[in-house]
Amino acid sequence: MYSEKVMEHFRNPRNMGEIPNADGVGTVGNPICGDLMTIYIKVKDDKLADIKFKTFGCGAAIATSSMMTELAKGRTLEDAMKITRKDVAESLDGLPPIKMHCSNLAADGLHEAIKDYYGKRKSQK
Amino acid sequence: MRRIYMDHAAGMPVDERVLKAMTPSFLVDYGNPSSVHSFGNEARRAIDQARSKVAELIGAEKKEEVIFTSGGTESNNLAIKGVAYRNRDKGNHIITSSIEHISVLNICKHLSKQGFEITYLPVDKYGIVDIQSLENEITGKTILVSIMYANGEIGTIEPIREIGEIVNNKKAFFHVDAVAAAGQMPIDVQNDKIDLLSLSSNDMYGPKGVGALYMKTGTRIQPVLQGGGQERGLRSGTENIPGIVGMGKAAEIAEAEMGREAERLTVLRDKFIRGVLDSIPESYLNGHPARRLPNNVNVRFSYIEGESLILSLDMEGVACSSGSACTSKTLEPSHVLLATGLRHEEAHGSLVFTLGKQNIEDDVEYVLGLLPDIVKRLRRISPLTPKELIT
Repeated sequence: MYSEKVMEHFRNPRNMGEIPNADGVGTVGNPICGDLMTIYIKVKDDKLADIKFKTFGCGAAIATSSMMTELAKGRTLEDAMKITRKDVAESLDGLPPIKMHCSNLAADGLHEAIKDYYGKRKSQK
Repeated sequence: MRRIYMDHAAGMPVDERVLKAMTPSFLVDYGNPSSVHSFGNEARRAIDQARSKVAELIGAEKKEEVIFTSGGTESNNLAIKGVAYRNRDKGNHIITSSIEHISVLNICKHLSKQGFEITYLPVDKYGIVDIQSLENEITGKTILVSIMYANGEIGTIEPIREIGEIVNNKKAFFHVDAVAAAGQMPIDVQNDKIDLLSLSSNDMYGPKGVGALYMKTGTRIQPVLQGGGQERGLRSGTENIPGIVGMGKAAEIAEAEMGREAERLTVLRDKFIRGVLDSIPESYLNGHPARRLPNNVNVRFSYIEGESLILSLDMEGVACSSGSACTSKTLEPSHVLLATGLRHEEAHGSLVFTLGKQNIEDDVEYVLGLLPDIVKRLRRISPLTPKELIT
């Protein structure tokens, strides 16, 4: 059902965990639907110096979270905002159609975390 | 890698003795039972013998009360639609429960679009159908009550005898979906006042693609299939002789061996359940602790999701199921778990193991050895897990 790459990320998720004093945090999904993820980012010189995730959900939810962090790490914020759900799914050699919408939330989570960072920076000024 | 199959509610292996009994129907007795010649006679005899074995398994008075079908879904269709369409002049009310098999629920949904009124009885937290609601809802307009013998997902065994009594007093027909229960526990259609009963061959180690419907003499139904009038006109189409012979053999073996096997499985089941609940914090049993199919273990774990549990176990060679939305085609969690009062997020974390003949105590120990670490790993990944649970 899942590609080898999805299973590999499910088995060995990259960047799993929390960042204690994160510069931005994004939470998307809902445990009622079966998928919930929280993305933590650390920003340095307008770049994603560190990124971590925590995810409640199916294999696809965990694998897409992991894949997204790999795609995003080190990128500029502007660049990271351009990462789409489609990019994440393609990097995993595709997802089953039914999982494309419900479990492929990681890019949204990343965008939420970046927006949170911008919001916090604004209020500090 | 070691492989352990614990998903028998989804599909079962065929008993080798069944396969052996079926072989002549492919190679030697391949005649059509409707034919006049000796080849036809032999095929007819083979079906008759299988019919007797299935009738014996469920305590039917006569073997003619058994009609062969293509499986549980077709039997449910024939029973429910058959009674509904044939008895429309008497009423349009059908009662079923909220935890029936999806085939029963979808048949009822279909009938509700054609003017039938459907009442879905609630269940308690263990999944036991509420008898009081049945007494309140059943009226002179009720033509059919359809309740499952036992639920294959949470294992709960329903109070069929009490229900049969009530339905019989009200002169409605009583249909029982016994697909999950047959072959695991004794069934007596006469004592339980059952008018129609659905069976599936594969759920008792017979081949897939064959099932049966018991119909008490005098039960009026309308056939679903029109054709050559086989099976007393109630199920047209040339008989699936190898399948029917296989189901007959499976019924014979079940009748002879299910007592001992049920005892053996009950011990494994209870060891399994106790092992999980003792070794994993915030784990819970779904379904009734005692009124339960001998092979059913359904547990849930807070803060994690069932499909990722299945994948983790599959990586270790263990096959099981879940009531999570992520494993369903509808993206809704199990209607059975929701009917027992669980919240969506609780239902997502369920795991169902259905044991079978080839499972031994060592298999249960193997799975019990794996589960705590799998749950711990997924809880570490989950943002919902409270800090004190992650060590």
